[in-house]
Amino acid sequence: MVRNPFVMQCGEFHVDYKQDMAIWKIARVRWRIFAVVALFALFPMVATDYVVGLATLCGIAAIGAIGLNILTGFTGQISIGVGAFLGVGGYTSAILTTKLGFSFWIAFPLAGLITALVGALFGIPSLRLKGLYLAIATLAAQVIILFVISRWDSLTGGTAGLVLSRPQIGSFTFMSETSYYYLMFVVLLITIVFSLNLFRTRVGRAFIAVRDRDIAAEVMGIDLFKYKVLAFFVSSFFVGIAGALLGHYTMIVSPELYSISVSIEYLAMILVGGLGSVFGSLYGAVFITLMPVVLRSVVDLLSGTFPGLEGVLVGMKEVVFGVVIILFLVYEPDGLNKIWLNIKNYFRLWPFSYTK
Amino acid sequence: MGILNVQNVSIRFGGVLALDAVSFEVKEGEIFSLIGPNGAGKTSMLNCISGLYKPTEGDIFFKGERITHIKPHKRAALGIARAFQNIELFPHLSVLDNLMLGRHVRMKTGVLAGGFYWGKAQKEEVEHRYKVEEVIDFLELEHVRNVPVGTLSYGLQKRVEVGRALAMEPDLLLLDEPMAGMNNEEKEDMARYIIDIHEEKKTTIILIEHDMGVVMDLSNHIAVLDFGKLIAYGTPKEVQTNPRVIEAYLGEEHAV
Ligand SMILES: Nc1ncnc2c1ncn2[C@@H]1O[C@H](COP(=O)(O)OP(=O)(O)OP(=O)(O)O)[C@@H](O)[C@H]1O
Ligand SMILES: [Mg+2]
Repeated sequence: MVRNPFVMQCGEFHVDYKQDMAIWKIARVRWRIFAVVALFALFPMVATDYVVGLATLCGIAAIGAIGLNILTGFTGQISIGVGAFLGVGGYTSAILTTKLGFSFWIAFPLAGLITALVGALFGIPSLRLKGLYLAIATLAAQVIILFVISRWDSLTGGTAGLVLSRPQIGSFTFMSETSYYYLMFVVLLITIVFSLNLFRTRVGRAFIAVRDRDIAAEVMGIDLFKYKVLAFFVSSFFVGIAGALLGHYTMIVSPELYSISVSIEYLAMILVGGLGSVFGSLYGAVFITLMPVVLRSVVDLLSGTFPGLEGVLVGMKEVVFGVVIILFLVYEPDGLNKIWLNIKNYFRLWPFSYTK
Repeated sequence: MGILNVQNVSIRFGGVLALDAVSFEVKEGEIFSLIGPNGAGKTSMLNCISGLYKPTEGDIFFKGERITHIKPHKRAALGIARAFQNIELFPHLSVLDNLMLGRHVRMKTGVLAGGFYWGKAQKEEVEHRYKVEEVIDFLELEHVRNVPVGTLSYGLQKRVEVGRALAMEPDLLLLDEPMAGMNNEEKEDMARYIIDIHEEKKTTIILIEHDMGVVMDLSNHIAVLDFGKLIAYGTPKEVQTNPRVIEAYLGEEHAV
């Protein structure tokens, strides 16, 4: 009989808790992960610069989306301020490198740290505010931060923004698409592994507890205020890191790049990908980043065939974007991650998939 | 002096005086039952002890320390654990993770150590996993270890609720109707667990329960609440024959 390649747990025994608690318990899973990582590491060698550039943007978005998911998906605190927090990361790195002459390698983690502190500050109202009320408070953060960025001309360059340079190691500059892709890739891998670990240890579990039942969490000894603010801190750190990576990639920061529509896009990423799922954030980031690109090429294609319709088709792009998000919310609220798990389960039980 | 002292505690919700100058003492190592008709104020009393309600008046002392105004999470660290009447588990987490959350105050791993899963973080997780496995073993939850709690039967959820409190290794365990809604077999199991907890771990237990048979069998002392007032206190025998208690329960479905 042919072995079902999706069945991996049979015959696996974990003889101690350390082994049972390993992040990827099964040897075959470890191999598969190695293969996937290798695939993504090798892919720039065969792809065009344009495609590698898109992949870089997807990866940066994924880092930010994981950050947002830590706060919203895992800890249950809605934030509409991600756009501005990306901006804090981008501007911090820009100011530190261009105005103060710091090296990228110092400015980059500092950008994360400073965004984390700003995030924690704006997270303080979370002790008293929940749900929609908290969302409005983070909206205030978005408005205030953007206001400061566009008005503090001497520091931020006002509406014109600031120009950044690509990072360097010695005489090597991360100028090519491929080299920047690898930089992003390393940061993304660290972000993924870090957050997977976080949510199987004490602090991550406490975040989930706060989300699911805050009263019980408190009675279990979890300091609600501390953990809510901590969630803002950790989340904003990754958002800030993503902002700095993006800034040095596009080599410009300016206020209109961090508008509320960016915040909404990131919320869409974690909704479409799956709230409270690290890999879901990744899928959602890829989906939301690529969808406009795909729609754009469809529009171009159709406009070639029906020249008069160009204007209508461009408008349709936004509509399709909205409709896809609504369809996700209605039909698969658990997002792409759930769809992927369903597919995996289907094949795992194959050919008895109907047993469910 | 007992492990817990409740002195003149009153709490008012609008027009309702849910607790009216209630005082009692719980002795170290005993099973202390709090009984009374529906709405008597039993859960409100536990809420005052675990810090979810602030008494309008009065004071509560735990191991000699005045805890009336300190936050619930600090009381947990002092050694008070609670199983809720209405299940308050973390439904998306597995039984294991729910119980590991019970270990929260006894663990130290922070964000950085956890995220990088450094040696000491891993060591701590494994150490506490042993403690949690003891509880799983004790409450016979092996078969559902990795199942999300939200998908379990009501009886099992009640058991996990007790398990999570037990995982905290508390000095004072508050059990709010741990047998409510269970069938007889499940009730017997739960009664046996409570006796075992009490005997093996010497944990002081405050038990709220409507099943008088269970209460009379398990308790060292019983306090009876009625409309927020403490109307009787004593050993099961004393309480059983107290005319005020019989009166309070007259017309109630639970005859003493
Ligand atoms: N948060 C609250 N707000 C308003 N009223 C409350 C609140 N908590 C309790 N009460 C009232 O206090 C009284 C006592 O309620 P409590 O839940 O303590 O009773 P109980 O003895 O636990 O009853 P049961 O056996 O039904 O669980 C009830 O009249 C209840 O309506
Ligand atoms: Mg009650």
